[in-house]
Amino acid sequence: MNQTSHWKYFVIITSVLLSLIYTLPNFYGEAPAVQVMSIESGEKIDISILKSIETTLKDSNISIDKLLVEDIGIKVKLESLEDQLKAKKLIQDAIGDNYVVALNLLPNSPNWLTNIGALPMHLGLDLRGGVHFLMQLDMSKAKDKGIDNLLFSVRKELQKEKVPYFDSTRIDGSIQIKFKNELDRETAKDVFKSMGSGREIKVKWATKKTQSYNFVETNSANAFILNVKPNAYTNEDSQILAVKQNLETLNNRINELGVAEPVIQQQGADRIVVQLPGVQDTAKAKEIIGRTAMLEMRMVEENQTAYDAAIAGNIPPGHDLFNDRFGNPVLVKKQVVLTGERIIDAAPGTDSITGKSIVSITLDGQGANTFKQVTRENVGKRIALILIEKKITEVVTAPVIKSEIGGGRVQITGMDNAQNATDIALLLRAGSLATPMEIVEERTVGPSMGKENISRGVRSTIWGFIAIVTMMAIYYMGFGLVSVISLSVNLIFLVALLSIIQATLTLPGIAAIALTLGMAIDANVLINERIRDEIRNGNTPQASISIGYEKAWGTLLDSNMTTMIAGLALFIFGSGPIKGFAVVLVLGILTSMYSSIWVSRGIINYIYGNRRHIDKLSIGEIFKVDNN
Amino acid sequence: MEIFRVKKDISFMKYSRLSAVLSIVIFVLSASFLSTKGLNLGIDFTGGTIMEVGYPEGVNVQDIRDTLKSINLEDSQVQNFGNETDVLIRLPIKEGQAIADLSEKVSAALRAKNSSMQIRRIESVGAQVGDELYENGALAILFVCLGIVLYLAMRFEWRFAIAAIVANMHDVVIILGFFSFFQWEFNLTVLAAVLAVLGYSVNESVVVFDRVRENFRKASMRNSKVSEIMNNAITRTMSRTIMTHLSTQTVVVSMLIFGGEILHNFALALTIGILFGIYSSIMVGCPMAMWLGTSQKNLAWKTEDKK
Repeated sequence: MNQTSHWKYFVIITSVLLSLIYTLPNFYGEAPAVQVMSIESGEKIDISILKSIETTLKDSNISIDKLLVEDIGIKVKLESLEDQLKAKKLIQDAIGDNYVVALNLLPNSPNWLTNIGALPMHLGLDLRGGVHFLMQLDMSKAKDKGIDNLLFSVRKELQKEKVPYFDSTRIDGSIQIKFKNELDRETAKDVFKSMGSGREIKVKWATKKTQSYNFVETNSANAFILNVKPNAYTNEDSQILAVKQNLETLNNRINELGVAEPVIQQQGADRIVVQLPGVQDTAKAKEIIGRTAMLEMRMVEENQTAYDAAIAGNIPPGHDLFNDRFGNPVLVKKQVVLTGERIIDAAPGTDSITGKSIVSITLDGQGANTFKQVTRENVGKRIALILIEKKITEVVTAPVIKSEIGGGRVQITGMDNAQNATDIALLLRAGSLATPMEIVEERTVGPSMGKENISRGVRSTIWGFIAIVTMMAIYYMGFGLVSVISLSVNLIFLVALLSIIQATLTLPGIAAIALTLGMAIDANVLINERIRDEIRNGNTPQASISIGYEKAWGTLLDSNMTTMIAGLALFIFGSGPIKGFAVVLVLGILTSMYSSIWVSRGIINYIYGNRRHIDKLSIGEIFKVDNN
Repeated sequence: MEIFRVKKDISFMKYSRLSAVLSIVIFVLSASFLSTKGLNLGIDFTGGTIMEVGYPEGVNVQDIRDTLKSINLEDSQVQNFGNETDVLIRLPIKEGQAIADLSEKVSAALRAKNSSMQIRRIESVGAQVGDELYENGALAILFVCLGIVLYLAMRFEWRFAIAAIVANMHDVVIILGFFSFFQWEFNLTVLAAVLAVLGYSVNESVVVFDRVRENFRKASMRNSKVSEIMNNAITRTMSRTIMTHLSTQTVVVSMLIFGGEILHNFALALTIGILFGIYSSIMVGCPMAMWLGTSQKNLAWKTEDKK
């Protein structure tokens, strides 16, 4: 009755061996490496720089341990931390500004392990050090912006169709346009309807069309007013687009930071999570990420009376008064000519004639067209470049338009120095945000803290494990040892599983490993006590083993399911480190059931199953009550 | 080795009235602490900033307080923990001040004063995120309770399910009572521990109830009273109860010793949960199931399909 079939042994042995292999990479540790990525996020790297990396390092006597070419970039594994820092600088100098060189760590495990996909566990930020930010997007701004965009295109269409109107503004969530007569208003409605059927977006599993409009008509003394309210899906669409653009912008900005494995993800409808492993300079990271810089180009008001009035505190309608970097007030028109979204590239440089620092900007097609038109119509006037950063609006520069500028290439003069030009170029290149964001959660862990957390977690686990092992062996003797073996196998299974699925291991996650060990032993205790019980009841040893395991199974299932429910709740409602705890808890329950039922049974059957006659089981002393 | 050398079943049920009084007293005490003192909620739930900074050569806490005062943050708390070199700074939420700027301001001021200062960790949570985490925590507890009740009602019977959840909520309230009385900080990791305790100590009730169910269908116990059946079930699972909790508690003690600041309150919550878990599953869960009227009849159909 206590036979384990060959296929079961086969499954047990195979699973243990596989787990051992997949656990291995965790013991090799990690080696310093540098990672070379293209500055444009997502762009593939030019393989020709491989050669220059190799020769550069060779010339400086830095030996390359391994060179990996991957989609995201080139990884160079090195031998020491000093080499890593030296290599970073050397490579950066050699390959120029189109690439970023970041510090990274690569698993030290042998090639054959890496080739079969055996990787060490993925450590969370609390264990490896780094920064975690949760950013909240300002969706009301995104909505307004969507309506502004609509307003712009409607104006353009109305002009094209030669429909006269005399006022058009955004009012709350809608557009208001005033017409001279009824007929114009009717034509305008047709213009709206003809403006394409909109995009299709998915809202709660249903596909909805954007850009259908609600028209409300009112008449005033001298105007026929049309109020246009886009439907809810249009608003939703502009929010989706805003998140998308902010994600893209963040990707670009973070790329400039040179972080090896950043995580930039949407969370919920209006939040973005940013995780930067290994980043120590939080101030710099915050500055670049949290920067809510937006760029706008607007015309400067040249009318002196308007300017004087504004200075006197009486800003004319349709204008804004901003200061330039030297504190001089500049009166600009409200209408935005161009925004930073139209910028493809921006680079610092020097003016060939004056020798002063400049930033040259390349605009996209639409931007170039608009800019050409605007500059043609406004020769001799000034155009202001306005930077809105951290709620402070500043006119960076307001050069005079000397002639029509076509081709989308714009030079901005008026930089203080080369550093200033570089900073502004970076800001412009990294793109602008569709809507401002704010950091609403920050979790930073210094590198020393991360290492300490690992050793705290590991020490808790190891000492807990040793204590359990001792207790079990003393209390249950032979069966105790089998329990210990199955507990060790459980640990290996758990670590292997975590390594295979690359779940993020956090400090609470390590605590969960320790805790599941403590709980997993419950299965063995339950089984051993059952067997003792059966012997106490006068059953033969063989029968006791069999009944013990069978009866324990039902109890185990029920008791583990309830812990599983708790684990699932933590997974669903928890975030960050707590999710890590939940993952380990749930996996630990699964592996402990497998190891305590299958593995320990397999071993017990191997020891006792074939014996015809057993005098006594090695399960410790059993106290017997005389049945009265 | 065999710790429990019991000759006869211990008549636990005889003390059920006593334990009921005891439980009610503890419960009322915990509830009154919670209502008067409340929980010392961590920044995870209230919003705010915690900064742990390290000074390799040690530092005077008063100096740090003075520095913070100089940048108008006199409402911050500064404390040493464990040793001279590590300092914990707590800052409340400031209206109109971005949380990201606040921690940067503090570290800049501290670094200006003593350049050897190292940032060990920063946790900043905005008010809204704090509210959400609080809400999600409450939802998680609700979800776990409902899930466990449903599962046990399905596998056993509603009386057992109610008894088990009452026993466990009893534990949770006691953990919260301890945290309230001692004003230990209650944060996300402690919440995780509470939920783990909820799941874990139901195990205990399940194991006992399983025995009760088994006893009900035993021919030899057909004529026994419900209380006798329960006494027998508890006595015979006693050894397992102690061994299991001992081993889990060993691991938790190991966490208390080696786990450091972050796992400390987590391990404390687990310790209370485990210790009271033993008591409640025996002295709360079983009497409860008995008073709710558990009998052979209730479980008859459940035992049939098990065979």
